[in-house]
Amino acid sequence: MSVVTTIVPEPHAPPAKNYLNVSYGWRSWLFTKDHKRIALLYLVSITFFFFVGGFFAVLMRIHLIDPQGALVEPETYNKLFTMHGIIMIFFFLIPSIPSVLGNFLVPMMIGARDLAFPRLNLLSWYIYIIGGTFTMYSVIHGGVDTGWTFYTPYSSTYANSQVVPAALGIFITGFSSILTGLNFIVSIHKMRAPGMTWFRMPLFLWSMYATSIIFILGTPVLAITLFLLFLERVFGVGIFTPALGGDPLLFQHLFWFYSHPAVYIMILPAMGVISEIIPCFARKRIFGYEAIAFSSLGIAVLSFLVWGHHMFVTGQSIYTGLVFSALSFLVAIPSAIKVFNWTATLYKGSISYDAPMLYALGFIGLFTMGGLTGLFLASLSTDVQLNGTYFIVAHFHYIMVGGAVMGYLGGMHYWWPKISGRLYPEPWARLAAAIIFFGFNLTFFPQFMLGYLGMPRRYAFYPAEFQFLNVMSSAGASILGVGYVIPLIYFAWSMRYGPVAGPNPWGATGLEWRTTSPPPQENFEETPVVTDEPYDYAKQEAGVV
Amino acid sequence: MSEAHRGQVVAHQFEDGGQQHDADTLGIWVFLGTEIMFFGGLFTAYAVYRSLYYPAFAAGSRVLDIKLGAINTAVLLSSSFTMALSVRAAQTAKRTALAGLLIATMVLGAAFLGIKGFEYYQKFVEHVVPSLDFAPQGEVLARLAPGGLGHAQLYFCFYFFMTGLHALHMIVGMGLLFVLMLRARRGEFSAEYYAPVEVTGLYWHFVDIIWIFLFPLLYLIGGRY
Amino acid sequence: MTTRQPIVPFRTYLLVFLALLALVLLTTGAAFVDLGRMNTVVALGIALVKMVLVMFFFMHLAHSTNLVRLSVVAAFFWFALLITFVFADYGSRHWIPDPAPWSSSAPATHP
Repeated sequence: MSVVTTIVPEPHAPPAKNYLNVSYGWRSWLFTKDHKRIALLYLVSITFFFFVGGFFAVLMRIHLIDPQGALVEPETYNKLFTMHGIIMIFFFLIPSIPSVLGNFLVPMMIGARDLAFPRLNLLSWYIYIIGGTFTMYSVIHGGVDTGWTFYTPYSSTYANSQVVPAALGIFITGFSSILTGLNFIVSIHKMRAPGMTWFRMPLFLWSMYATSIIFILGTPVLAITLFLLFLERVFGVGIFTPALGGDPLLFQHLFWFYSHPAVYIMILPAMGVISEIIPCFARKRIFGYEAIAFSSLGIAVLSFLVWGHHMFVTGQSIYTGLVFSALSFLVAIPSAIKVFNWTATLYKGSISYDAPMLYALGFIGLFTMGGLTGLFLASLSTDVQLNGTYFIVAHFHYIMVGGAVMGYLGGMHYWWPKISGRLYPEPWARLAAAIIFFGFNLTFFPQFMLGYLGMPRRYAFYPAEFQFLNVMSSAGASILGVGYVIPLIYFAWSMRYGPVAGPNPWGATGLEWRTTSPPPQENFEETPVVTDEPYDYAKQEAGVV
Repeated sequence: MSEAHRGQVVAHQFEDGGQQHDADTLGIWVFLGTEIMFFGGLFTAYAVYRSLYYPAFAAGSRVLDIKLGAINTAVLLSSSFTMALSVRAAQTAKRTALAGLLIATMVLGAAFLGIKGFEYYQKFVEHVVPSLDFAPQGEVLARLAPGGLGHAQLYFCFYFFMTGLHALHMIVGMGLLFVLMLRARRGEFSAEYYAPVEVTGLYWHFVDIIWIFLFPLLYLIGGRY
Repeated sequence: MTTRQPIVPFRTYLLVFLALLALVLLTTGAAFVDLGRMNTVVALGIALVKMVLVMFFFMHLAHSTNLVRLSVVAAFFWFALLITFVFADYGSRHWIPDPAPWSSSAPATHP
């Protein structure tokens, strides 16, 4: 059992003509129709927003070192957690894997030259940028303080902050998601290469497909909700105002109808990445392919049936609460199925601990913890105690950061050689993964305890007895921050000085590894014909490559 | 430009024209799915408040001009008819008929918007515009007061939001039709390549279907007996 | 697999259009008749028929692939989910009577 995958770098340079050097100049990038270049445009943008959102998190954690608040006024603190949430959710997490890795890989994995609608793909990036500009405008001009959830009537009537630009920004960016989802669905249905049946597709494609279903069916409801909020705020009348007979709970129903499935938009793609990494670094076919594929679809469907668990304590009917609670328990099952199957894949595998695998293993552990703590919240009685506390904050950060972000980083490391044609420095990558894992747990595990002990979330100050745990959390955050900066540096470094990667440095299966690194603009010299089952690592190990 | 393309225009990512046509068709239907959910959120909100404040909604509905609403419905259905015929003209390679039918669709669409605009003007005159000018007088006030003016204002919010959003979609559709008409006159479509006409048609029919529901939901609440 | 739409005859389009116009007349007329609660049912039912006619004939759903039809069904089903669950809340909210509001003179009944 090897600990290190031996990668023999190709002695010669990257292929002469690839998608990166086929044309030069800013016009060739800003007007590109190549899905790979659009993926890189997204990569730059979401990285920018990640650090903006991270900046707000840093300020919050510094502020919370002191029980009275060390840094800002409470009104400003409200803006910090709002902007952190809005930017991280809508401008980093939701687009991250689909718009970067999805855009880059979906056509390659189905053996196509591009997505079905390349111009819509480029349009989706511009829409994202315009939406991001509106939101950055709101950040620069004083920020929003309503919480990323924009609950009415505070957001519609009483808030004095930049609600309109922020809501507009999210509204606009939603169409970027819709176009991406549309492109993926049509491409996967209509453009698979000969021989690529549904059950020969890599599981990453199944998860992209399931995510796209949520994009298509959920995002429009958020759009109309924010649009109504915008009308209410701008024209002073609307349908969420109690003064006219409006019901704030209606806003919450419409908001969470999208925003709960949205969290599955954020985790499903990461699960798809894990399903690619585990077989490769265990040198073993994935266990339970069909189970994982169908569980992705199951998650997409069930995710729409549980949104009321965000509203248990708001005045929603208790009977509806019962139904939502039961369904929330149900939705945990497909996720658990995946965890069991990944674990079974590892069993008796030939495991190597390269950076992508470290992230994948971290994902399995941390996602499981986050998911299990969700059951505490799905249960009506315990949710009464834990709602509005740091338990919730820890729960979703374990899934979003311990899960989704680590899945994203694992995927970036795994496919970096394909994207850039270069290898990143493995020792630094492992160090960064370890720092991130340690820093993450130090940041968020204390928050479970804080929430259980009763510390409310979104509060700018807290009782003195909670200070020790808060300081631990802030210390973890500073370590986590360092961990996130390191990959930025070595990825950039590798683009110039990294060893040349060659077509398949990991010895992985999948169509994307059968072409050069970086790929040519048309992806393949000629359209591939698929005859192998996916994840045929046994065949590989037996020497039949 | 004397003669534009004949036959197929196949984009590089597709293997052949058939795959492209299939992809375009599936793409527009998936997009219409998003529109169903977009309007669906609005319809849900409407349904909730109608069930909570039925008398006010019924009263507000009776303030609308049912004749104009019915005429507009017929106008929009006629535009769907001409749109369907235009797709048929494209399929049968009748270039002049295609352009003419697209123009007819646009004219009918403009007629719809004109009548809608007149109805909006009527509402301004009657002072039932929420927030901006909600001070109904005389007979209108007498109709709305029993259900509660606050709830009546809520009804008119939905009237303007729903018909306004619909009108916005129609304006976009008119723009698409105009571009389509120009392309048709340039001879860009043929019996093999008419997907843009079909796709635009599907969008136009969908906007028509929205109105098919808006008419009873906004104009016919509670009846007029 | 190509699924080019067959060319629908002019007569079919015309008949569907005339049926649609007739239904507009019907639904408008029905509003002037006192049917009680059925007014809404009739109006929405007629709208449903009109929608089905437009979708099947004008939008060629009669000749579309199963995938397209599945997409349509899925979208309507999802809208049904939204409205059903929301109404489940509003419908059952008052099954438990609202508790009386707090008053300062009320004795404390729990620690």
